[in-house]
Amino acid sequence: MDVRDAPEPPRPRAGAWRRLARALAPRPTRGQLIAGVLCAILGFGLVAQVRETHADDLSSLSQDELVRLLDEVTKRTDSLEQQAVALRSQRADLVTGADSERAALEAAAKRATVQGILAGRLPAQGPGVRLVLTEPGPHLSATLLVDVLEELRNAGAEAIQIDRSRITASSYILDTADGVEIDGVALRAPYVWLVIGDPNTLVPALEMPGGALASVRGDGGGTNLETMKHVVVDAVREPPSDHYATPAPSPPADSSGD
Amino acid sequence: MIAVIGLLLGALAGIFLEPSVPTVLQPYLPIAVVAALDALFGALRAILDGTFDDRVFLVSFLSNVLVAALIVFLGDQLGVGSQLSTAVVVVLGIRIFSNAAAIRRHLFKA
Repeated sequence: MDVRDAPEPPRPRAGAWRRLARALAPRPTRGQLIAGVLCAILGFGLVAQVRETHADDLSSLSQDELVRLLDEVTKRTDSLEQQAVALRSQRADLVTGADSERAALEAAAKRATVQGILAGRLPAQGPGVRLVLTEPGPHLSATLLVDVLEELRNAGAEAIQIDRSRITASSYILDTADGVEIDGVALRAPYVWLVIGDPNTLVPALEMPGGALASVRGDGGGTNLETMKHVVVDAVREPPSDHYATPAPSPPADSSGD
Repeated sequence: MIAVIGLLLGALAGIFLEPSVPTVLQPYLPIAVVAALDALFGALRAILDGTFDDRVFLVSFLSNVLVAALIVFLGDQLGVGSQLSTAVVVVLGIRIFSNAAAIRRHLFKA
């Protein structure tokens, strides 16, 4: 036996190995049983403790370590909360900025729309009047038409179209042999006006005694004025780009009140 | 042999029963395990010395465990639990090392 366990056993070593082997040999003595029970207890406790250590780190820590851990967690929470507050305010700033930017964008779009309608660049619709000028007799002069146009403008007309010509601030009306010429387009009677504006203002302004329509009728023309809830001014005109005029820098805010 | 079988049986029981250490015992179990290990090595050394006695083994095993637990308990009460635990582990570790060295000298003459 000892030869198998230790190939070249000197005497004392052989004694040690023999003692070990004799102790390990299974004999149902009291000492062996006690040793077995104690070793079983040891193995059980060892495994239980190892599992406990692996299962839950916190329960094996001492009070000091737990306090330190708690402290660290609290500090970490504090710093994270500060970070969250900072990020939240940053987000609020960004949202506000986006809001004001969107408001500016909306205002700009609205302005662009209004100015597009004013400049004749955009089609428009709304309440207004439809005016048809016929000339059963002599030609209606351009002056008469300009009178009508001025009357409409005075009455607050916002978009005006004669036949297919959009009338803008730079529109002109010329006499020709058999009609008029508006912005380079020759027109003949009847002239169909589509006007967007307040009908309650436009109609009295046009029908005013001695006013524009009275002048037309006095010159032998026929007038047919009807109020419409929905007028579509769909003739558009691309305004010429400015060659010379450029936008002036806006004056400082404090000097604007002076 | 019975001791080795007992150790394996205990370990297997611990693995398959998955015991949860009671909270009361949690501070003492690791130290108790180390103390029992020390007693085990001491017994091994006694076997090789030819002076093994089962009664001594039983008493030393139990007293080691109890004294270690008592020291930890006392340390906890005094507020120096972790330091005293460390001290116990160091002492037991030294004893385990010296026992292991004696066993090694017995078995290998080195």
